[in-house]
This record gives sequence, C-alpha cells and structure tokens, in this order.
Amino acid sequence: MIVAGIDCGAKNTKAVILRDGAIVGRGLVATGFEQTQAVKTSLKLALLDAGAARTDVACVAGTGAGAGAIIEADIKVNDIKAIAAAAAYFFPTSRTVLDLGAEESRVVSCDERGHALDFAVNEKCAAGSGAFFEAMARALETPLEEIGALALSSDKEITMNAQCTIFAESEVVGLIHANTAKKDIAKAIHDAMAGRIASMMRRVGVTPDIVVMGGVAKNPAFVAALAKELAMDHILVPAYPEFGAATGAALVAAAGVQE
Amino acid sequence: MPDGKQSECWRWAETRWVNPDIDWRKAQIITAGVDVGSVSSQAVIMTDGALYCYGNMRTGSNSPDSAIAVLKFALENVDLKEDQISYCIGTGYGRVNVPMADRTVTEIACHAKGAHVIYGPRVRTVLDVGGQDIKAIRCDGNGKVVKFLMNDKCAAGTGRGMEVFADLLSIPIDEVGDRSFHVEKDPPPVSCTCVVYAKSEALKLLRKGVSANEVLAAYCAAMADRIYSLLVRLGIEPEFAVTGGMAKNRGIIERLKAKVGLEPLKTQYDTQLAGAIGAATFAHALVLQGKGRKK
Repeated sequence: MIVAGIDCGAKNTKAVILRDGAIVGRGLVATGFEQTQAVKTSLKLALLDAGAARTDVACVAGTGAGAGAIIEADIKVNDIKAIAAAAAYFFPTSRTVLDLGAEESRVVSCDERGHALDFAVNEKCAAGSGAFFEAMARALETPLEEIGALALSSDKEITMNAQCTIFAESEVVGLIHANTAKKDIAKAIHDAMAGRIASMMRRVGVTPDIVVMGGVAKNPAFVAALAKELAMDHILVPAYPEFGAATGAALVAAAGVQE
Repeated sequence: MPDGKQSECWRWAETRWVNPDIDWRKAQIITAGVDVGSVSSQAVIMTDGALYCYGNMRTGSNSPDSAIAVLKFALENVDLKEDQISYCIGTGYGRVNVPMADRTVTEIACHAKGAHVIYGPRVRTVLDVGGQDIKAIRCDGNGKVVKFLMNDKCAAGTGRGMEVFADLLSIPIDEVGDRSFHVEKDPPPVSCTCVVYAKSEALKLLRKGVSANEVLAAYCAAMADRIYSLLVRLGIEPEFAVTGGMAKNRGIIERLKAKVGLEPLKTQYDTQLAGAIGAATFAHALVLQGKGRKK
C-alpha cells in the first residue's frame, strides 16, 4: 500500500511517500507565494524519488500551515497529531517532541503509541521560530547553513538582552560594532533561542526521550544548546528532520486506509 | 519588489534649535537633560526652567559616545560651554551611560514630567511611543507618575516596527503618515502582530497587487490597535497626550484618536524632546533645592 503525506509550511513544502510503512520517497520545494504549485511539485518529486505513480497512491494526507492549499489531499491531518505520530514512528521511546519550523514552533507530549497528550504552539512571535535564525544569519552576514558550525566553535557565554527578533538584529549589529567575535555572537544567538524554546517545552513538561524535528533540527548547535539548557544528555533527531510532519501525515493516512 | 536592505527610508532629519529670545548669560540656573534612547538621543539645555536649545540625533552603537555627541550637537551654535551647566540629568534606555550626567532619572518619570511641561498640567494620560518601546503613563497635576505600563519586549507597535515597514515599502519615514491616507478606503489591519511575520504578510499583499499606500494604511491601523491595547490596560483618563517620535506620524495618531475617542493635546515643542525636557526640568528643581554642581 502506498500513501503520501504533504506538509505545506511557511517556507518549504515537503512530501513523503510511504510504502507498507517504510519511507520510499521524499520531495521538498520552497513554498513561495504559490502554495498549490509548491504542493504539486513536492508530490511529483516525492513520487519520482519513490519510483511510484500518482495513481498508485491510495490516500494523500495534508498538514501544515498551508494545509488549505493542498487540493490533492484526501484527508487533512492536524499538525499536532502528525508530529506525535512521526516521533513515535522514528523513536518509539519519544515522549516530548519539538517541531521547530520556519514560522511556527510546536511542542507535543505523547505516549508510547504516538498519541498526543498535551501541546503548546507558538505561531505569533518570530523569536521562537526558524525565522529568528534566518534574521540573525543575515545580521551576521553568514549563510544560514553555516551559523550552527560557527556557534559550535565558541565556548564564550554572552547573554542577549533582546527577545524580539527585530531588536535582536540591532543588538547583533551593536555586538559587531563592539568587535565581538562572530562565533561568540553566533553562540549567544543559539543560547538565547534554546532558552526560549526550553521555557515553552517546560509548559507541557519535559519528559525524555526528547525528539527535535523541523528544519531547525538540522542545526547541531541549536540541538546542543537545547540539550544543555534542559540538562539532557541526549536529544534525538531523525534523519531528514524537516520531513517529520509530512511523515506523520502519511502515517495517519496509512492507518486510515488499513481500517 | 521593494528591498529593505538597500533603502534607508527609516532615516529622519537630525535637528538642532536655539531659542532666539533667551540670553543664557542672564540666566541664574542652567540645566541639561540628556535622553539616550534606543533609536534617538536628545540633549536639552534649559535656562531658569525655559527651553534654551536642543539637539536631536540618531543614537549610535555606543551610548556614552551618543550622549557626548548629542550634547555637543545641541551646543554647536551657542557659546555656552558644557562646564557652565549647573546640573545634568541623564535618562532613557542608555541613561546609565551618560558620562556628563550628575544623576539619572528613569525615562518614565522624565516623560511624565516632560509631557507636563510641554502639554501643560491638564495632562493625565501620556503615551510615549519611542524607537524600541511603548509606555502608557498616568500622571497627576504635578507631572508625577501614578502608574504606568510598558512594552519593551516586542517591536510591534514601536517606532522600530514602523522603520522596518518604511524600508520594506521604500517610503521615507516622514511621508508614512500622509501616504497612509492616500487610499480609497482603509484596508483591514495587518493581522500578524510580530513585525517579522507582518513583513511577510505585507509582501504577500503587495504580490496580490495591493498598493504600497494601502499596505502602509493596513500597518498603521495594526500599530494603532497594538498601542491602543496598552492604553486600554492602563485606562485612559483625559487629557491625553502623545510624546516620542511617533507623535509626528499622522497615520498612527489619527487612527489612534478614532479609537481613544479623545483629541490628543497639541504642542509647539518637538515631541521627541519630552524625555530630555523632563530631565532638564528635574535638574532645575534639584538646583533650586541647592543640589547644583560646585563651581
């Protein structure tokens, strides 16, 4: 049985193809301004990757901030449900899941069956989302992909005063003017983010194992800073963490087809 | 597509002024107030409690340098020297970094006092919309703070947020107010509170063919909503006055006025000076109590 999950996010649209419970294809495109087009393309890429045809797909499940634009979707899956299902699929021991995307962050506590017990969402403030790192990378004139490695090369403790992304931009510029090393600023940025996300996670309770998904999970400096902030010796990150919610949606679709 | 990176539409004119009717040599008490804000800095010189001269500049990356620069700027065309000032009070976000200050006073107290001076003793509710914060202050007939609320955590509703939009839309900051009324009908306010997300929302609107003026109108309306919510939490008591740079932005003030239902008091003073005037006024009172600098 082949099913598909599509997660239409603020920045990227991701599609995952599951064949008999195994991930066989992935597709990712920038969402841009044309969500419906991004959805189509991501699904096409994922099918190509899986070597499957559109007609083979028994059910398409849509999730994410732009779920309304997924006209291909047979079912819509709540993002919290998708995240919890994906975490349990990747790591059966996961109990607290953080999904950190471009414009939203979600924390879900779940049981061993991957059912959500409680959750917290931030979709109001960029300081708690990937957009914060994007803005900070711009202010530091460093590519987003490199900011994590830069931070890992520092062991200095600098506390950032600003919470707001806009104010933090000015603060970073001020730190640069004060001749603070870029790597130390980069670390301060990651520590600040980890502090905010940790306090959001504490609202639902921090029970190990902890799983981090979403695009920001690809940043090792953030994951390390979060582990330190939460005093955890390890945090689990699945391979291709940006496909977490799409995988979860596909899992829900598969369960639906089986019934 | 407008590109916020290259334009410098947030820039506003730095100003300096000297009162032609005052001869500082005849003054008994000369005091100064230096307000180092997050975005702008002001230095005000008062002679016997009257405004003699001032300078208003953009704050640099370093507070002490900004304080020194703005006082120098204020004194540039007068032969009054810094050591002839009897007492100087530093205020604002960078107040602990005003090297020439004899003491510091919080910007809340200074804005209330400054509003009392520039708007008169009838003012009870002072709204200060500055570069990086919003303060709603209740004061009594002496300009003393009774209570206040402040947002200094989030750029939404602050001058910095407006600057971001001026840059995004490539509209000079001092034209923002007027241009926000060059629309057929006021659009609904921008729905995202966060300035970062509001920027994305604005880009989507522009892409849909909404004009830059309409986007500006939508953002001014959102700012007015945001500021109004702080005022409501404080409780609005007449008379009502606005200080800070945003008081010069009609786009916000007219929309806010419609919500508050009160006509804000008017003044001939530059509203950005309120904090520094408050500081210099406090300095004057201290000298009267015999607390001036030893000459």
